Amino acid sequence: MNAFDEAAVNKFKSYLLIFCFSIIVIALGYVFGRIYGRGSEIIIWFFMSIAFIIAIIMALISYYLGDKAALSISSAYPANRKDHAHYINSVEGLAIAAQMPTPKIYIIPDQAINAFATGRNPENSSIAVTEGALKKLNRVELEGVIAHEMSHVKNYDIRLMTITVILVGLIALLSDFFLRGLIFGGGSDDEGGNSNLIFIIAGIVLAILAPIIAQLIQLAISRKREYAADATGAILSRHPEGLANALKKIEKDGIETKHANKATAHMYFAHPLKKGFWNNLFSTHPPLTERIKRLEHM
Amino acid sequence: MFKKIYKEKVCYLIIGVKFMDIISLVVIIVLVVVVLFLILVYNRFIVLRNRIDNAWAQIDVQLKRRYDLIPNLIETVKGYAKHEKNLFTEVTAARTAMMNATSLKEKSKANDMLSGTLKSLFAVAEAYPKLQANENFMMLQEELSGTESKIAYARQAYNDSVLGYNNSTQMFPGSLIAGMFAFKQKEFFKTEEIQKEPVKVSF
Repeated sequence: MNAFDEAAVNKFKSYLLIFCFSIIVIALGYVFGRIYGRGSEIIIWFFMSIAFIIAIIMALISYYLGDKAALSISSAYPANRKDHAHYINSVEGLAIAAQMPTPKIYIIPDQAINAFATGRNPENSSIAVTEGALKKLNRVELEGVIAHEMSHVKNYDIRLMTITVILVGLIALLSDFFLRGLIFGGGSDDEGGNSNLIFIIAGIVLAILAPIIAQLIQLAISRKREYAADATGAILSRHPEGLANALKKIEKDGIETKHANKATAHMYFAHPLKKGFWNNLFSTHPPLTERIKRLEHM
Repeated sequence: MFKKIYKEKVCYLIIGVKFMDIISLVVIIVLVVVVLFLILVYNRFIVLRNRIDNAWAQIDVQLKRRYDLIPNLIETVKGYAKHEKNLFTEVTAARTAMMNATSLKEKSKANDMLSGTLKSLFAVAEAYPKLQANENFMMLQEELSGTESKIAYARQAYNDSVLGYNNSTQMFPGSLIAGMFAFKQKEFFKTEEIQKEPVKVSF
């Protein structure tokens, strides 16, 4: 697949995943309704609406304040023309190529090679790169990284991930409500005892598994978007080897990005936390070797 | 009896009118759909064409920036390398040619020439360590290098826009509407073959 196809295919698959998400949410609502029996539908819809409203409020907060939060957590400071002309020129050049406004430009005081971009749309976006990246990457590699980050903004990935996080939160809330409801004595008296029990057990299993499955789907979407940003970034910079070489340098480096934690890890360009069983399973980024392979085939 | 015939005629009238209603409803819906389609496609062409104009304007912005930086560069280099007179004349001439170029083809050629002469200038400047260490020179070097890069990106954006626009005007069914409203194809901003040695400016 060449770069142009990658971006389009990944966009389609991401929307497919969101569609599946919505099915899960509706299915959960239906199952809970069945278990609680007739007359409980109103209560179920009531709780689902509350959960939905909470999710919307969370979404609005992260939508409008998310970028400021991300920047301050990572202690990013603004770049200036005097000391960082090279970096600023690269960002401005790529913004011209992408035909989008220039994002606000920041630097993260960390020696590992990494970067992130944030912002709900291209007009309100920021990009941040570590001091380590500025020191250790050459011009082509740095532009590859910047192009990747700007692709996230251009493809509205940040907005997409916000929606996904809402849906995951929604499912977690619903499962929570259901389990609590069960404790306070749910279950209808209409059907026979045995089938009712099976339903309840199925419901409990679903309620426990659903949030985990939702989380895994969110991470799958995140990984897909990373591949898409790699591809779009390659189109922008016309030099996929730039990003490939930057990733190779990161592999060799192996230094942890200290300013990240689990909350912000998903935004970073390369997985910032160290390798470990749980970190890899719940990884927001695809494995480096696979990304390098795809880039070198573009 | 009169009443019966009257009722019958009114009945037929109502059925007839209802039939006409359905037909005209269908016709109206089809017309609305076609008009909507025309509007959407037309607007899409406008968006794509405006993107091209915007990309072209970007190129001009960067070209102007480079134009403004060059005199400063020549003055700085002259301070350390007075006898490289040929080089200065070449750069100045190429700069003027760039300003005078009008058509896309002329601009493309002049741009390549100017980039080439600048490359030669910087290559020669490497032989002068004092010049290399001069802060003003270093700033200009970075700025010009950045501007050359932005010119390249602006051309890329322009060509990408032209590609998108040309594709739309050629593919079916857009081609029909393009024909209707005279949306013509646009040219790409091409380069000449990449020169390995410094470009010789010729007029």
